Amino acid sequence: MEWEAVIGLEIHTQLATASKIFSGSSTRYGAPPNSQASLVDLGYPGVLPVLNAEAVHMAIRFGLATGCTVARRSVFARKNYFYPDLPKGYQISQYELPIVYGGHLDIVMEDGRVKTIGITRAHLEEDAGKSLHEDFQGLSGIDLNRAGTPLLEIVSEPGLRSAGEAGNYMRAIHTLVRYLGISDGNMQEGSFRCDANVSIRPMGESELGTRTEIKNLNSFRFVEKAIQVEIERQTDVLEDGGSVVQETRLYDADRNETRAMRGKEEANDYRYFPDPDLLPVVVGEALIERLQADLPELPAAKRVRFAEQYGLTAYDADVLTANPESADYFEAAVNASRSASPKTVANWFQGELTAILKREGVDVADTRVDAATLATLLDRIADGILSGRMGKDVLEALWNGEGSVDGIIEARGLRQISDAGAIEALVDRAIEGFPEQVAQYRSGRTKVIGFLVGQVMKSSRGKANPRQVNEMLRRKLAG
Amino acid sequence: MHDATIAQLAEALRTGKVSAVELAEHFLARIERFGGDLNAFITVTPESARAQAERADARLAAGDSTPLTGIPIAHKDIFCTRGVRTSCGSRMLDNFISPYNAAAVERLEAAGAVMLGKTNMDEFAMGSSNENSHYGPVRNPWDRDTVPGGSSGGSAAAVAARLVPGATGTDTGGSIRQPAALCGITGIKPTYGRVSRWGMVAFASSLDQAGTLARTAEDAALMLKVMAGPDPRDSTALPDPVPDYIAGLAKPIGSMTIGVVDDFFDDGLDSDNAQRVRDALAVMERLGATLKSIRLENIGLSVPAYYVVAPAEASSNLSRFDGVRFGHRAEGAGDLTELYMRTRGEGFGAEVKRRILTGTYVLSAGYFDAYYLQAQKVRQLISEDFARAFREVDVIAGPTTPTPAFPLGQKVDDPVEMYLNDIYTIGAPLAGLPALSMPCGLVRGLPVGLQLVGPHLSEGRLLRAAHGFQRETDWHTLAPPGI
Repeated sequence: MEWEAVIGLEIHTQLATASKIFSGSSTRYGAPPNSQASLVDLGYPGVLPVLNAEAVHMAIRFGLATGCTVARRSVFARKNYFYPDLPKGYQISQYELPIVYGGHLDIVMEDGRVKTIGITRAHLEEDAGKSLHEDFQGLSGIDLNRAGTPLLEIVSEPGLRSAGEAGNYMRAIHTLVRYLGISDGNMQEGSFRCDANVSIRPMGESELGTRTEIKNLNSFRFVEKAIQVEIERQTDVLEDGGSVVQETRLYDADRNETRAMRGKEEANDYRYFPDPDLLPVVVGEALIERLQADLPELPAAKRVRFAEQYGLTAYDADVLTANPESADYFEAAVNASRSASPKTVANWFQGELTAILKREGVDVADTRVDAATLATLLDRIADGILSGRMGKDVLEALWNGEGSVDGIIEARGLRQISDAGAIEALVDRAIEGFPEQVAQYRSGRTKVIGFLVGQVMKSSRGKANPRQVNEMLRRKLAG
Repeated sequence: MHDATIAQLAEALRTGKVSAVELAEHFLARIERFGGDLNAFITVTPESARAQAERADARLAAGDSTPLTGIPIAHKDIFCTRGVRTSCGSRMLDNFISPYNAAAVERLEAAGAVMLGKTNMDEFAMGSSNENSHYGPVRNPWDRDTVPGGSSGGSAAAVAARLVPGATGTDTGGSIRQPAALCGITGIKPTYGRVSRWGMVAFASSLDQAGTLARTAEDAALMLKVMAGPDPRDSTALPDPVPDYIAGLAKPIGSMTIGVVDDFFDDGLDSDNAQRVRDALAVMERLGATLKSIRLENIGLSVPAYYVVAPAEASSNLSRFDGVRFGHRAEGAGDLTELYMRTRGEGFGAEVKRRILTGTYVLSAGYFDAYYLQAQKVRQLISEDFARAFREVDVIAGPTTPTPAFPLGQKVDDPVEMYLNDIYTIGAPLAGLPALSMPCGLVRGLPVGLQLVGPHLSEGRLLRAAHGFQRETDWHTLAPPGI
C-alpha cells in the first residue's frame, strides 16, 4: 500500500529581547548557573510577573509577516505541572487566546514548486529552566537562567507531506525570524527547536491517522531524519497489522530511531486557567500599523527582487537570501563595486568567501573581509589588474589581515602583466622553446594550446593576463 | 498612651511629647505582657524596631516626617519583610527569611512607621477563625475562649488589645473585615488593585487585597493613604492617583443614600447582632443619610462561587512550595515524587490541603466548565448586581458577620459552617469593591461590626461615612475587658 505522511510542526523560537518575558533578568546565554535568575524567575513567595512589551511587539511582527490576524485581546494562562526546573509549578503561556493566528508561509519544495503552509497560531510563553543530571554525584542540579526566557511557539497546520518539506518549512521560519530580528535562531544554544507531529494514512484517504509527537528536535537535519524514520516506523507498524499509539517520542540521533518517552508525559492534565496576575494583552490599531510599517523586506520578496534586479538564477537568489547577513553583504558588495557584475559578486561570495568562512567556522556577520573590500578586489579582477587565481591569493591575504587590496598587490608584486609588448616577448619565447608543440597545434591538435599558455604563465610567474596570452598565442600560431 | 489613636500619637510625636523610641518600647512591653496569652504575634522584632524608631526620631527632629513617622505597627505575616521570617502561618515557610520587602511594607517603612513584628494568621490566609495557623490559634482579647476571626486574626487581636495602634492585613473573602468586626476595631479592604500585591504571599490572586486594621476610620485612612497607589511591579495595581483620604473625612455624610440588603436580615443573622446593625443604620439616618432597601439578586451564590474561584487559584499559587528552592523540605526522600509528596504533606495544614484538592478538582479536565467557568459567570452576575445597586445608592450597609465571635474549636470540624461565616463579606471581593467594617455595638459582651461596601475606588466615601459615624458613637473606643 502507498502511504501519505501528514506532518505539523510546533516551532519554539526564543525571542531576542534583552530581558525575560516577565522579569528584568538578562537573557544572555552562557552565564554561570543561576546568575540570571531573579526572585521572579525563582518563583519566590509574593513575586509577580510583569509582561515585557518588546516580546509582544516581536510576536506581532511575526504575525504580520505571515499574514496572521493579530488578536486585539489575548490572554495568558497558567499551565500547571510539577517539575524542578519549573519554579512556580506552572508555566505562563497563551492557551485559548493566542496573540496571532491564522497565517501562512510559502516554502520551496524539493521539486522547486512553491507550497503554502498554513500557520494555525503563534503564542507567547515563558521557557523553563534546565535540569542538569551530571556532575552532582547522583543528584540533579537546577539552572534557572533560562527560566522566563520569552518563547514564540509557532504551530503549523498539518500541511507538510514529507520530511523534506518539514525541513524546508523549518528553514523558511528560521530565515523569517532572523529577517524580522526577533530571534538569533541559534540552534546550538536552543534558541530554535521544534516538536513534530507525525501520522500516516493510505494515499487518497482524507481521515487522519493516529499521530505521535517527536519532541525537542534542534537541527534541520535531525528534523528531517527523525520524521523520516518515524514515517518508516509507522509504516512498518501498520503494514504488520499493528496500530500506532498516540504518544510522545524522542529521537536518538546516534541510533537514528525514535523511542517512546517514558514516565512523566502520560495523561497530563495541565489545568489551564487564565493567569490572574496578568491583564489581558490589548493591542490597538495604532501599534499594529506602526509595527507593520516597520517590517523589513521579507525573504520571499527579497528573493524575487534579487533574481530580477541582479539577473541571478533562482538558486543563487535563494542561497543569498537564506539569511539577512548574506543578503546584506551581497547587496553592499554589488553597490560598492564599480565594474564587477552581480553574478561575479554572487560567485565569489558563494564560492571563495563562503569556503573561507566555513573553514574558519565564522558567520558572515563576523567576516574579516567586508563587502566594500571584496568589491575592490573584484574590481581589480574585472579591470584586468589581477587574474582570478591572484584574486584568490589576495582574498586569503585580506583574511589574514595583510592590509588593503592594493597594498597587498603592491607588496606581493602581484600586478598582472597586461602590457601587450611584454606579453608578446613571453609568447615569442614559448613558440621558440617548444617547436614540437607548435607543430602539433598547426597540424590540427589545437588542444595543445593549453600547454603553451601554461608555459607562458609559468615564465611570467603567473602574472601574465591569461586571456591576453591565449589570444596572442592563437594569433601568432595561426599567422 | 496605648489608648491613643494613630492620629493622636502622631500629634504627640510631632510636638515632642513622646519619642518614637519611647512609643516602640511601650508597645513592645505590651506585646511582651499580653502577646503570649493572645498568641497574636508569630515574630516580634524588637531590635529592628528600636533601630527604626531611632531613625524616626531623627526624621522628626529634622522636620522630615510624615504622619506615620514613629508610629508602631505590625504586619500580617503574609507580607514579605526583608531579613525577617515570613511564615504565612505555615510550617511550609517556618524557615523562610524573605530577601525582600513587600510593596506595602516598603511604603510604610519609607513613611517612617516602626514595625514591631509579624502577626499570626490562618495558614496562607485560609480561614475565618485563625485556628488554621501552624503557630496555634489566636485568642480574642474580648474573650480568650473565642476566636478573633480570620485570617488576619493576629492583626485584629493585636490592635484590639492595644499591642499596636495599627496593623496591615489582607482580605480575600473577608479576612480583614470579619476579624475587625469580631475584635471590635475598624478594618478596610480597598478596591482590588488599590494596594500593590507585590510581596504579598498569594492566596487567590484575583481576590487578594491588602488593607489596614486600626481602631478608627481616621487611622485606617492615615495608613491606607501611604499603602495605596500604582506599582509597576504589579500589573493588576490600579494606575489611579490616591486621593487625600484625610482631607475628605471632614465632609459631612449629608445626603448619602445607603442601600440596605433586606435579605441579609434573615434567620442566618443573630437577632441581637441584627439589632445592633439596625441601631447603627438609625444613627446614619440621623446624620442625614437616606436608607433605601435594595436587592442583590445573586449574592446568595457568592459563597459557592468564592469557594470554587479561590481554591482554584490557590491550588496553582501554592504549587511553588515544592521543597526545591525555599521553605520546608522533607528529609530523606528517595526520589522527586516522594520529595514533592512528603514536603507538601508535612508542610501544609489540613485546610490548605482541602483547598488545594478542591481547586485542583475544579480546574481538572471535565470539571472546569461546570465549576470554574460557572463560578466566573456567577462572579460576573454578582458584579452586575452591585453595579446596578450603586446606580441608586452611594454605599451598601449591613452586618459584617452573622454572629459575634464564636468559641474556639466550635466550627473546626465543619468547614461549610465555617465558610458561611463569610456570607456577608465575600460579595465585595468577588466584585473587586472596597468594603469596611467598624464596631457598632456589643452582643452578649462581644463586639459586632457594621459593614459598608462602596463602588469602585470609593474608599474615601467609605472612610468618610465611618468617620462620621464614629464622631457620633463611641463603640470604636471600647477596649476589651482587662486590657
